[in-house]
Amino acid sequence: MAEAARTTGAERDLWVRMYRLMVLSRALDHRMWILNRQGKSAFVISGQGQEGLQAGAVFALDPAVDWLAPYYRDMTLVLGFGMTPREVMLGQLAKAADPSSGGRQMPAHWGHRARRILTGSSPVTTQVTHAAGLALAFRVRHERAAVLSTLGEGSTNQGEFHEALNFAAVHRLPLIVLVQNNGYSISVPQSKEMAVADVAARAAGYGIPGVVVRGSDPVAVYEAVRAARERALAGDGPTLIEAKTHRYTPHSSDDDDRSYRTPEELRAQKQDDPITLFREVLAAQGLWDDEAEARLLQEVKLVVDDATDYAEKAPYPDPATLWLHVYGSDDAPAAGAGRD
Amino acid sequence: MAVMSYLEAIRETLRQELRRDPRIMIYGEDVGVRGGVFRVTEGLQAEFGEDRVMDSPLAEAAIIGTAIGAAVNGLRPVPEIQFADFIFPAANQIIQEAARIRYRSNGDFHVPLVIRAPFGGGVHGALYHSQSVEAFFAHVPGLKVVIPGTPYDAKGLLAAAIQDDDPVLYLEHKAAYRSLKGEVPSERYVIPLGKADVKREGTDVSLITYGLMVSYSLKAAEALAKEGVSVEVVDLRSIRPLDVEAIVATARKTGKVLIVHEDNLTGGVGGEVSALIAEHALFDLDAPIMRLAGPDVPAMPYSPPLEHAFMVTPEKIQQAALKLARF
Amino acid sequence: MADNGLTPELMKEMYYYMVLSRAVDDRMWILNRQGKAPVVYSSNGHEAAQVGSAFALNRGEDWICPYYRDLALVLAYGMSVRDVMLHLLGRAQDPNSGGRQMPAHWGHRQLHILTGGSVVATQDVHATGLALASKVLKDGRVSVAYFGEGSTSQGEFHEALNFAAVHKLPVIFFNENNGYAISVPARKQMAVMDVAARAAGYGMPGVIVDGNDPLKVYEVTREAAERARSGDGPTLIEAKTYRFVPHSSDDDDRAYRSREEVQEWKKRDPLVMFEQRLTEDGILNDDNLTAMRQQIKDLVNDATDFAEQAPLPDPGTLYAEVYGS
Repeated sequence: MAEAARTTGAERDLWVRMYRLMVLSRALDHRMWILNRQGKSAFVISGQGQEGLQAGAVFALDPAVDWLAPYYRDMTLVLGFGMTPREVMLGQLAKAADPSSGGRQMPAHWGHRARRILTGSSPVTTQVTHAAGLALAFRVRHERAAVLSTLGEGSTNQGEFHEALNFAAVHRLPLIVLVQNNGYSISVPQSKEMAVADVAARAAGYGIPGVVVRGSDPVAVYEAVRAARERALAGDGPTLIEAKTHRYTPHSSDDDDRSYRTPEELRAQKQDDPITLFREVLAAQGLWDDEAEARLLQEVKLVVDDATDYAEKAPYPDPATLWLHVYGSDDAPAAGAGRD
Repeated sequence: MAVMSYLEAIRETLRQELRRDPRIMIYGEDVGVRGGVFRVTEGLQAEFGEDRVMDSPLAEAAIIGTAIGAAVNGLRPVPEIQFADFIFPAANQIIQEAARIRYRSNGDFHVPLVIRAPFGGGVHGALYHSQSVEAFFAHVPGLKVVIPGTPYDAKGLLAAAIQDDDPVLYLEHKAAYRSLKGEVPSERYVIPLGKADVKREGTDVSLITYGLMVSYSLKAAEALAKEGVSVEVVDLRSIRPLDVEAIVATARKTGKVLIVHEDNLTGGVGGEVSALIAEHALFDLDAPIMRLAGPDVPAMPYSPPLEHAFMVTPEKIQQAALKLARF
Repeated sequence: MADNGLTPELMKEMYYYMVLSRAVDDRMWILNRQGKAPVVYSSNGHEAAQVGSAFALNRGEDWICPYYRDLALVLAYGMSVRDVMLHLLGRAQDPNSGGRQMPAHWGHRQLHILTGGSVVATQDVHATGLALASKVLKDGRVSVAYFGEGSTSQGEFHEALNFAAVHKLPVIFFNENNGYAISVPARKQMAVMDVAARAAGYGMPGVIVDGNDPLKVYEVTREAAERARSGDGPTLIEAKTYRFVPHSSDDDDRAYRSREEVQEWKKRDPLVMFEQRLTEDGILNDDNLTAMRQQIKDLVNDATDFAEQAPLPDPGTLYAEVYGS
């Protein structure tokens, strides 16, 4: 970020937009936990601490042509790709109009065809092979576009991580794999997950570049993803990017992280909060001040309140829709199996 | 006798077994320091050390595949799959390796292995934390599939599974973990695999079921007793092998059979049970066999109205059993 | 060679197993052409890699988890020619599977050869599990998984190496890279030149060795075994070699590789090269070679006759060995 002074006006504008996105995402995330404590939302899974890298990554993409294959911590990423706060809250409260799944999946299981966000499931890492497939279609049709798939560092131990990267490397597919390494897969620390310090070291085994970036530096992530995208569009194949980051919450609202990490560890990580750090960077550049911050917080509060109210008032799915979308052609099961 | 939850019964059995046999080893995702995402293995690493209760990398095929190797080399691994929904990356290792190794080596090798996995819905787990996977695995000769319905059975069946010399899939219902409580003796005992248990005697209608649905069926039976309908509840406990004798006996006794499971209807355990009854007791029946099961949609949705619409409940069982009684 | 523990007698024995394997292999193809053996998988060309590594292990004590190309390996590990032929012809006394599996699906509990299926790379995780038990039981054993380069694209390869590295298990991953997964060349299988390059991603050594030189293979395997036994964890070994025959008797390799390429590799036939070397060293001579060849011919003839006359499994055993009790 030392080069900030030499950047163009367009880039500075971009950075402010990144920052605004990060703040919005954190505020929505906070609200979800409140709704959970109020008994209005059964489950929360967070991206708090990972907003900076997601904001950096998403602005390096072109939402008009690229695809996103995200994982459950990616609220900042999907907001940046065009999902609205109302849509996020509809999913959080499992309402009928939830664009991700109509209330069928747990919250944070993103998916939105019109916005080129691939639907995902809960078994981790399946999205990376899907992403390689999306990229394969781009290559076969000679389209200039790329796919970004994200995952946690724990997921890199799954066989499908290996199969996806190998496949994409052999066929030089326009794929960017972004590992958000927050040091824990639920309770298991990275040292028990792998015998290497950097996930990026695995790139060597596939013959592709492996890049390590600091996740609290959105500009660094932006640049890494932009370079990977250029490489992808040039037909040079996939890139593995590892952003070192933190998870400020337990794994989910069903987890209690006090059993496996200390408050001191968490406090130290909060010194590396991407939002605080980036605000300081912007302020030092004269791009941000207290007044702008106050205005943004007010604005964000309104957006979050609106999304919450909207989603709370929205109807639940009709129980009869249980039977819809089992197949495309005939939604009524043949023999009325299990149906009274 | 101590009163324990279903979850505590499983944990205490694991503890007892780990103490009994130094070859037993537990591993899986988050089972060590965290004690499992449901806390089933809480405190076990502290007591037995990391060599015997170990966190593994997030990779299911590796968890089961290495357990097969460890079993062949003299251990008794009891790996955990964090959610039954996550078992499918390891399906090749379970179906094509663990279950076939004895047969393909003509008895030269065998795999003493117990795979524990929480399953079932009604806990806001949505499509990937609610599934009932038993029918996929009950289809596989060489594998045994066990599903306890009470804390007492959870203990005896787990001990039996661990001492069994073949691979056993031991499925634990998530909604039962804390909601089901019962008396559990402190000493070790085993319940033979493949033996059903009549949980309630009755004369009008037989409910044949397993897992969480056992307690739901008992509730329904209790309610129906007040309406003058006498319901027998048979808990299968093992769905592979099935207790053919017990199934046929109850069908002959009441002449009216309702099979209840949470798993999807088509291709589920109910189909197999009703075929057995049709083969062995058709002319003892007074009504067509009925099945009440999870609907044929891919999995249980998250949103409360959809989840409720999917779930088999005591009320739904009661209604179906009443309809059958009045046939 | 004095410091590596290989005496002239042992080197002669290595050569013997390589020649024995080739002779058994040739006979299997004849039985296939005669319609007596439905399918054949060969180790033809891989003998040096297999025998060299076997001799570096504590044979019969360390576990091996072979794949279908490992005839020379299992012979060197103690499987008899009769047992191999019983397996090929699907006879009741086949110790590998009692005639249940396809040929070349090795397994022999007493010899510490793990049974294997047909889905590739499953044995990588099994070897890791055997090693996990060895670590817990402190039995001093090493496990070795053998596999082709094609199977390194499988997720289980990755999961096995990662698991073994995290827990520093006494296991060796031994890749026999012959450049083809059936018809798919290595360059379409991976975007790296060497399978060994993948070791870096797991934090373990990756070693490349000439798979047609049994002594070099012996040395790197011995080092890896020592490393494993001293608690320093797994090693990935890549033995570069070549398969001289089609993938199986059902394959025709003319569809995907040139005769020139095959001929080029045959100039480096491990049997020919090793024989030359041992002759130069005075370990082999016309007399002991003639005797050895006669002995092998007799063994192969005996095993063929024995297996052909051996009974097929009783259909009644179809239901045996599904469960133990």
